[in-house]
Amino acid sequence: MALALQTFSTVKDANAALKSAGTRYLGGGTLVLRAANEGDVSVSSLIRATEPSLSAITVSGSDVRIGASVTMAAIARHPDLAPLAHAARAVGGPAIRNMATVGGNLFAPAPYGDFTVALLALDATVSIDGGEMPIETFLAERESNHAIVTAVGFTLQVDGGFRFLKVSRVKPKGVSVLSIAAMLEQAPDGTVSSARIGLGCMADRPMRAKAAEKALLGRKLTSSGIAPALAAAGDGSAPITDPIASAWYRNEVLPVHLGRLLLA
Amino acid sequence: MAKVPVQFTLNGAEKAEFIDSGTTLLHALRDKIGDTSPKGGCHQGTCGACSVIIDGELRLSCLTLAETCNGAAITTTSGLSKGGVLHPLQRAFLDAFATQCGFCTPGMIMAAKVLLDQTPNPSRDEVVEALSGNICRCTGYEPIIQAVLTAARSNSQNAA
Repeated sequence: MALALQTFSTVKDANAALKSAGTRYLGGGTLVLRAANEGDVSVSSLIRATEPSLSAITVSGSDVRIGASVTMAAIARHPDLAPLAHAARAVGGPAIRNMATVGGNLFAPAPYGDFTVALLALDATVSIDGGEMPIETFLAERESNHAIVTAVGFTLQVDGGFRFLKVSRVKPKGVSVLSIAAMLEQAPDGTVSSARIGLGCMADRPMRAKAAEKALLGRKLTSSGIAPALAAAGDGSAPITDPIASAWYRNEVLPVHLGRLLLA
Repeated sequence: MAKVPVQFTLNGAEKAEFIDSGTTLLHALRDKIGDTSPKGGCHQGTCGACSVIIDGELRLSCLTLAETCNGAAITTTSGLSKGGVLHPLQRAFLDAFATQCGFCTPGMIMAAKVLLDQTPNPSRDEVVEALSGNICRCTGYEPIIQAVLTAARSNSQNAA
């Protein structure tokens, strides 16, 4: 079945068109066209918006705003986003990274969505329909979302604190067994004063490891210091089972990889 | 459904067609324009056989709508040889036995061309990274990696 594509110069006009049944937003195409090629007949028409702000990266001090149409390749090569380059390069191969967008990654089902795991650890906000919402709220409600995501915003400290790890069987490009992002702040004595940990593949969408975050507070990043956090790493998770790994396996290896990331 | 016009440059030649809205670039190239060098493998963005270069960037033509390429400069493997002389990458693939069934080869060469355009003397790791989105089920990859490294050396010798 042919797909009709409509292009709008503004997000406002595209949002109005998005309300029609069977209409999906076309970002980089790596999710929506993939679904259409596979025979997903629920997709009957596509819309896109070409508003320049969707493709803009704005860095003001430590405040970062990335338009929803910005690709993983653009993030990976942006000098002010160097701490995130590793997470952006974790997505797909070179061609996919030239196409896949930040906005699309927010909707990617597990085992995809590695960059969203990083955004969770950064406690990003998602701009949508003229407002902003915390990324956790957005992810919980994303199926019921019927407006175009325009940007993500977050604070990024260039001098460290952000860590990211993707575990895959095939190198350098492979689908995630799991991915972990952590944003840590430490007091002068080395104890953790703030921790946010995002997990990929440990549920049907990226999730926060809140029990592990809590268990890290006031602890030093040593083997004994992080032990309670590792014990709580999988609390509240419901990992996916797919051809890459079973839910059991993901649960078993999560503390191992979280430990490596925290001690790195 | 009304046809939509598309116009772009393919391997340096102007192309203009009327296509059905929603037609992938892969379909437009192969079935409308007659350039069958990009291959339809998985149609899922996994195999890389449909890789083409759009405005200098490697893209997957199976996940790109043709009408989003209006005004673009598109390069495919069929445009690489000049006057009957193979491109150094094509020559190197032949000489290194880097192609067996050949289905992945055009995509591999596109990925390798983008790499060498941006990084004329890549390391082995950079070659592996550049080809990481392209699957080959015949060669075991090593001859392909060696072919790209050979082509890079050949380019730098010619430039010297």
